[in-house]
Amino acid sequence: MECSGILFIFADLQGLREDDILPKAATSRKPEKRANLTSAKGNGKASKGTATSAAFRDVEEAIKEYEDRKASQLRAIKTTDKKVLREMLYQMVLGRHFEEKCAEVYRMGKIGGFCHLYIGQEAIGVGSMTALEPSDMVITSYRDHVQAMVKGLSPESVMAELYGKEGGCVKGKGGSMHMFSKEHEFFGGHGIVGGQIGVATGMAYAAKYKNTGQVVLCFFGEAAVNQGIFHESLNMAELWGLPCIYICENNRYGMGTSQERAMSASSIARKAGSYEMANEFVDGMDVMAVRAATLRAIERARNESRPTLLEIRAYRYMGHSMSDPGNYRTREEIQKYQERDPIVLFKDSLKEAKVLSDKDFEQIEREAIEATDRALKFADESPFPDESELLTDVYA
Amino acid sequence: MAEKFLMPKLSPTMEEGQISRWVKNEGDAFEANETLAEVDTDKATMEMTALSGGTLLKILKGAGDTAALGEAIAIIGQKGEDISALLAEASPAAPAAKKAEEAPAPKAAVQAPVAAVAPTAPPAVSAPTNGRLLVSPIAARMAAENGLDLKSVAGSGPNGRIIKRDIETALAGASPSARTATPAFTPSTVVGASAYREEPTSQMRRVIASRLAESIGPVPTFYLTREVEMDNVLSLRKAINASQPESEKVSVNDIIVKAVAMALRKHPFVNASYQDRTIRFYEQADIGVAVAIDEGLITPVVRGADLKGFVEIGAEIRSLAARARDKKLQPEEYTGATFSISNLGMFGIKEFTAIINPPEAGIIAVGAATPTPVVRDGQIVIRSIMNITMSCDHRVIDGATGAKFLDTLARMLEQPALMFA
Amino acid sequence: MATLTIRDALNQALREELIRDENVFIMGEEVAEYDGAYKVTRGLWKEFGDKRVVDAPITELGFAGLGVGAAMAGLRPVIEFMTWNFSILAADQIINHAAKMLYMSGGEFNIPIVFRGPNGSAFQVSSQHSQALEALYANFPGLKVVMPSNAADAKGLLKSAIRDDNPVIFMEQERMYGMKGEVPEDDDFTIPLGVADVKREGTDCTIVARSMTVPMALDAAEKIREQFDVSVEVVDPRTIKPLDIDTIANSVRKTNRLVIVEESHAFASVGAEISHQIMETAFDHLDAPVKRISTAETPMPYAKNLEAAALPSVDKIIAAVKEVCYL
Repeated sequence: MECSGILFIFADLQGLREDDILPKAATSRKPEKRANLTSAKGNGKASKGTATSAAFRDVEEAIKEYEDRKASQLRAIKTTDKKVLREMLYQMVLGRHFEEKCAEVYRMGKIGGFCHLYIGQEAIGVGSMTALEPSDMVITSYRDHVQAMVKGLSPESVMAELYGKEGGCVKGKGGSMHMFSKEHEFFGGHGIVGGQIGVATGMAYAAKYKNTGQVVLCFFGEAAVNQGIFHESLNMAELWGLPCIYICENNRYGMGTSQERAMSASSIARKAGSYEMANEFVDGMDVMAVRAATLRAIERARNESRPTLLEIRAYRYMGHSMSDPGNYRTREEIQKYQERDPIVLFKDSLKEAKVLSDKDFEQIEREAIEATDRALKFADESPFPDESELLTDVYA
Repeated sequence: MAEKFLMPKLSPTMEEGQISRWVKNEGDAFEANETLAEVDTDKATMEMTALSGGTLLKILKGAGDTAALGEAIAIIGQKGEDISALLAEASPAAPAAKKAEEAPAPKAAVQAPVAAVAPTAPPAVSAPTNGRLLVSPIAARMAAENGLDLKSVAGSGPNGRIIKRDIETALAGASPSARTATPAFTPSTVVGASAYREEPTSQMRRVIASRLAESIGPVPTFYLTREVEMDNVLSLRKAINASQPESEKVSVNDIIVKAVAMALRKHPFVNASYQDRTIRFYEQADIGVAVAIDEGLITPVVRGADLKGFVEIGAEIRSLAARARDKKLQPEEYTGATFSISNLGMFGIKEFTAIINPPEAGIIAVGAATPTPVVRDGQIVIRSIMNITMSCDHRVIDGATGAKFLDTLARMLEQPALMFA
Repeated sequence: MATLTIRDALNQALREELIRDENVFIMGEEVAEYDGAYKVTRGLWKEFGDKRVVDAPITELGFAGLGVGAAMAGLRPVIEFMTWNFSILAADQIINHAAKMLYMSGGEFNIPIVFRGPNGSAFQVSSQHSQALEALYANFPGLKVVMPSNAADAKGLLKSAIRDDNPVIFMEQERMYGMKGEVPEDDDFTIPLGVADVKREGTDCTIVARSMTVPMALDAAEKIREQFDVSVEVVDPRTIKPLDIDTIANSVRKTNRLVIVEESHAFASVGAEISHQIMETAFDHLDAPVKRISTAETPMPYAKNLEAAALPSVDKIIAAVKEVCYL
């Protein structure tokens, strides 16, 4: 177990080129001491304890980093267009309201099948995607409602899709996990863990092939990193210099299995080193930090045609899906993370920087609630797809 | 390697066999299919042949000895082989039955994958189909489109399946033996024996059958007698025999056999058999002809007598009778008739009743033809009159049915040309 | 007409489509500098360069996924699997992604991609390299499955597959790469997908064969004519999906008998599907049960005689035809 640290140093020396030496955050993350075998496969209590103590350390570490970063974050807020900042907050608040409503109507039986909520992770989707040009491409996993809206899909079309209605963005054929829009360069939510990483690599290949100047943002969870497609894709992306930004939203749990119980190495960002790929570890509760890291990656992709792996600290407040009993983590652990709620942190900074006021926040809340209500009304009123749709769209 | 030669099953009902004589002697070599010995079974003397070549090393059962099915009767192998172990083994006779049926073919090399795809030959004998008509889809459709009754078509496919070419044949009316008028038949399990079709027994028939059986016994029999004028048969016989060598002369009995067969074709209920749930209708007329032999009676069968000529029938009966007397008949030669004839005319018997040989539905007892004064056109004339008495299984044949058949038969004998009408 | 091997016919099709459409590129293991493991892509890298003909690492799932994404974003990838056996590593991208993208995106994103390579047995390459996987892929709505049996079809069908807007599973046969045939010289020669071809006309029995079993069926048909004076029709569906059942059914309506020959295993095979569809569409025309010749229900053995025993053969086809013709 002790040798893991040595291995990382080795990887650092062997794996990274000089220009991969990234801002402090990328390398500041220390490998966790891993659980021993008995606790890893033994009783559930031990593993929950291990995960929770790791989570607490994670939060403490994040708080400390955030304090160190605070001054530069305020500077960044002051130099960013106010309209952009307002839009970022609006999207985060909308995402929060929208998903809370989803949970509500899911329990009423209006949404079927799976329903994976994004509550607590809003800063990542919003911070990264608001840094893109509209022509840039985005692809993500099944936790895709908020990403779809940030990329431009209307809340109406997303909610109607959740309702399985004709007015849904894919006419009721995809549901929660499969939002798509060609118009908004949103290449979908995908249901196979890690599958979209391969597809994203191909999208970036096409962008480079056709020299369109587009970059690709590909979201996935930390559990997808254990899939072969992650490694196969990162290898090719670096080998062929593809403009792809791989964003690993590390929300600590693959369904109900904590990262400690599923991954031998604790740093995902460092895995990029195996492919000599640029990488960065980012605090996903700080929307400005996400934005800044994404901007660096976009720069690298667009100007140098080189990929980046971003590992973004995240935490999902809700279960993996609506049917998650949540017995693998403690209430205290969730509360600990909620102390650093990304919306609260962002509001505080915006207020401190005197960019937006409580009045603005109230106005934004109202807009988000109204937009969500409009979406619910639209979804309710939209008819179910005609049965003739069953056999369409099988072949082009 | 030396091995025991076991008493084979030589007839369907055989349980033991008696060695009639050894054709080969100890030390003799033989080829595959060569006769080793003759064995008396319950009915006949059968030739026992070798399955493969070798040498007869030791005879365990001599002429006159009896052996159960599967019991070792000899040891065969290669000259000079040590057979002491086999001899020791063979002395306590406790053989497994059926062993002899398993041909000791050399084990084939691995052939499972091939076997999995090799076509299976259609079975030589029919699988039971419970009287269902097997028809390929296109055959069924063609029959329906052409208003053809599938029961009138004989199937030539596996298990008697009616296939396209059968319908084509039926529609063309091509073959003289086209069974367009007769229904579809299932091949019999006895080689050469008549095929048959089965139709469900009607409720009425079932009631008649059970009532009558209750009253009289398992085969409720009734008898019908009729006089037949045989003068035309006698002159027909004379005309035929005028050109036949002595040894191939046709007898009156041969002509009666033919006439019965032709009459049966016109009366399917008589050429039939009661099978409880179904009535079995035979396709051809296989006539059993009772032959007296020293130890009793055997009834060799003239297969398809309706399809054969007088001379052919005569020759066949002569040959069968001779071999019956020599006990050389094969089982399939004396089983599975569809109707029988017993003729005691040569013994001067004027009239008698014969016992039905189940599952046949009837038997004709033929008496002597004797010159008798009869009235014809108001004149007393002398005619050769013969009495025929038919025993009928009432479960299949009713009085009127039997009477009509007997009328047809009588008219055929009185006007032989009607046989071919 | 030019006489070409199937290998060269495929090569021509690839070359012509690379020239015709800038968005076409070839990716796979050893397709570029090595000239192709089976030389189907011979000379293309030299002519079109690194951008159009790309050597991929041995990473089937990865480059299949890359192909799907590239197709989604507007390119027309031709992804070569060195053999279809290796496609099983990439099955997630083919089945879960390529096949379903159009439908689950409500018609937004189609995937114009060709996955191609040799399928079925080769020459004593044993269990893991001898599988015929068409039934697997044909089972999934959204995929098309194509299996040519001669040089002209190989060229015409591959060109159509590349131009098709759907994911196409294009299955060649290693044993057939060297077979020669007449190929039209027209640069725009294509054969539409989903159209069967009557390779030999006959009246008494239909054989449906594909890929390697087509030449076998033609050989058997000739021998059956010589030996039994029975006239056999050989139908090659060419495209397994969509299946041109009409041409097969019309043939069966004429001959009333059907033998299906295939290199895959029998259980739940394409032959089973054809047999079922014939039962549905031409039941009243059958004069005998449909007969199938397939590869034995076993992983492929190595030994030459066992391999031959496992595979369909001319003799097995003749025996099957005799059986359905009641000979």
